[in-house]
Amino acid sequence: MSSKDNSISIDPASEQMLESAASQELELAWDRYQAMLPQCGYGQLGLCCKICVMGPCRIDPFGQGPQKGICGATADIIAARNLARMIAGGAAAHSDHGRDVAHTLLTAASDPNCDYKVIDEKKIRALAEEFGIATEGKSKEELAKAVAEMSFAEFGQQHGELKFAQRAPDDQKKRWREHRVMPRGIDREIVEIMHRTHMGVDNDPKNIILQGIRAALADGWGGSMIATELSDVLFGRPNPLKSMVNLGVMKADEVNILVHGHEPTLSEMLVAASQDPEMIKLAESKGAKGITLAGICCTANEILMRHGIAIAGNFLQQELALSTGAVDAMIVDVQCVMPALGELAKCFHTKLISTSPKAKFPFAEHIEFDESKALDIAKQIIITAIENFPKRKGKNVCIPDIRENMVAGFTAESVFEFLGGRYRPSYRPLNEGIITGRLRGAAAIVGCNNPKIKHDYGHVTMTKELLANDVLVVTTGCTAIADAKAGLLDPGEALQYCGKGLQEICRAVGIPPVLHLGSCVDISRILVVLCNVVSQGGLGASIADLPAAGAAPEWMSEKAVAIGFYVVASGVYTVLGQPLPVQGAEGLTKFLCQDIEDIFGGKFAFESDPVEAAHMMLDHIDRKRSELKLAPVLYPVPYAPKEVAEAAVAV
Amino acid sequence: MKGSIYVELSKCLSCHSCELACALEHSESKELAKAIYEDPAPVARVRVEAVEGAAIPLQCRHCEDAPCVTICPCEAIEKLGPEQAVIIHEDKCIGCKFCIAVCPFGVVSLRSDGKVALKCDLCLGRTEEGLEPACVSACPSGALRFLSAEELSKQKRQAAAKREYQAAQSGKEQAKEEQT
Repeated sequence: MSSKDNSISIDPASEQMLESAASQELELAWDRYQAMLPQCGYGQLGLCCKICVMGPCRIDPFGQGPQKGICGATADIIAARNLARMIAGGAAAHSDHGRDVAHTLLTAASDPNCDYKVIDEKKIRALAEEFGIATEGKSKEELAKAVAEMSFAEFGQQHGELKFAQRAPDDQKKRWREHRVMPRGIDREIVEIMHRTHMGVDNDPKNIILQGIRAALADGWGGSMIATELSDVLFGRPNPLKSMVNLGVMKADEVNILVHGHEPTLSEMLVAASQDPEMIKLAESKGAKGITLAGICCTANEILMRHGIAIAGNFLQQELALSTGAVDAMIVDVQCVMPALGELAKCFHTKLISTSPKAKFPFAEHIEFDESKALDIAKQIIITAIENFPKRKGKNVCIPDIRENMVAGFTAESVFEFLGGRYRPSYRPLNEGIITGRLRGAAAIVGCNNPKIKHDYGHVTMTKELLANDVLVVTTGCTAIADAKAGLLDPGEALQYCGKGLQEICRAVGIPPVLHLGSCVDISRILVVLCNVVSQGGLGASIADLPAAGAAPEWMSEKAVAIGFYVVASGVYTVLGQPLPVQGAEGLTKFLCQDIEDIFGGKFAFESDPVEAAHMMLDHIDRKRSELKLAPVLYPVPYAPKEVAEAAVAV
Repeated sequence: MKGSIYVELSKCLSCHSCELACALEHSESKELAKAIYEDPAPVARVRVEAVEGAAIPLQCRHCEDAPCVTICPCEAIEKLGPEQAVIIHEDKCIGCKFCIAVCPFGVVSLRSDGKVALKCDLCLGRTEEGLEPACVSACPSGALRFLSAEELSKQKRQAAAKREYQAAQSGKEQAKEEQT
């Protein structure tokens, strides 16, 4: 906990692997981070521009050197253009994932021989109705085909408004229309960022950021939401289930196959193939006791949510997992896959297998995935892994004997059923909990890992601080995995960290205090939850009115930037553990951390200490509670609301 | 830690990281995001000068017989010892700019408020703790190095010896080839 100790991770399994990797002289992200220090100050402050080759240009933040680029761009313009391009990268990644899922759904609906099926009929009917498709007398395949085609159209749409954006509360939609950030088409908004940030186009920092916001909204209320909703149709809506997490889910005497990346299409088929009796028999014939499939990052969250497949680790554990020497094959698709993996795999018998035509890696074997032959290819991959198993014999294998129980599989719908109890599905108990002050509010903690902060420390410390202060926490992505490893997704274990009010709510409704809502595209589920809370009533008419806050304590990727912007523009106060690279641009920083609140109701704050950041979130929650004139929190909490604390001192 | 800063010119990529690290080291907060808004603004004492397409990082040479020390009318500039820093005592400096006029390298400047002369102090606080000066540890390409005169000449001798040895070897081989 203290800043004095030299540990790199708060996770004992990771610490054990770090020691083992050090003794084997394996090079990991943390070593490369140390070698990179000190990192470039211009880059950190957002003051370098290499958009055209009159440059590269850089602004001297101390004022001695140049204050403008060759084209005349100021610090604010340069930082805004760079930041908007980060949003474009993030929105593109999430949305292209959504596009791939739509493609799979179309294939499943059109081709009866396809290995994918339209699973969730209730959901496809609901979506079709939402899209204005006449559903009567139509099969689920016909509806799926129509929904898939209409989803495709959302990407290429040139004018109008995105369909899922209509789900937002009226207040949000009014603000978006008024400030001309209501997304028109997903691809269009990303393209327009690239146009506007080209040399000599948009040179008003605020105007540049507004287009960034439009693309970010097209991600959250478009590409990501399409990915989530259509994945539910294809693979089934998740329901709460039990599973295990951490490196110790791998087994020394079984074939260990890790999936890593983001899209559920391939991993779903690998789940099916790995459970095929023929495959298990083949594994046994090679001397293995069975096949263990586990995941890293968000593809892991996808198959955890729907099948209870165990999770091996989060982002910074991808190299640690390989360092065990126990991985027979790591199968990767897209996003957050380190290019370092291939070279590391070569130190062991491990095969690194890339599968996406979009993502090839050094020293990886490429087995290209094709949805029309999905199960066959998945089997081919599993066979490759099984045949690699005997090569592990006699090699040094070190799997930390550490794993944790967890409950995952929550969605906007299943939270709904849970909160209302079995007979009365409703968000009422959640809203009532907040209104009466049993719950102080709700928080979403999401994001990555980053070697700049002790592994998992930001996620787990912030979660515990919020739980202790009676805040219900929802989580996705690598935060969810961090919290799960710390026992916070195990209802029995997690309650001890909660304040009295939160304990009462969790016991009454039968939910854990930290709800795992899925992968990073599933942050769209959090948006739907927020809409549902608003429409349930009693907590204002806007997401911006809610006693709620968001945070990404260990973020690192462009996707996280896009998420940050769609969440802020949807009215949520959001604290980032690492600052956005804008701090050298005074005007832009003020806009993002202050003025933007007047426009959208949400704003950014930067704070690297997770306890301090949690307190900032609590201050915001308290401010919203008092604006709503809600009753004071019911029970004493360790970080008391400010007015109460001041009153106590006065007495 | 005694020594001076030497530059390997072919390695300088003109990234200006040394300037940033220097200003930061001489700031109040020593936190980049805060330091850039301090008043008076922290000043870099190393500057990367451009000459005909080449980049030349320049900072105080800490001359053993320093003209700035000689000319200073109020004994504000002090040479701490052989191979040690030449430093400016800001409380004694009257801002007369004689030091700027006599410096052969142009590496003395004025603080943003104009009241005191500023120049490289070899990061005394850091070198006392056994750390390299901030500009040296910030240099990503290893163009800046902090070495004692003896270390530098030893390295140069080694390089010269290696050259001579290789020349001698290739001479021998050539002679052999000619014999056969």
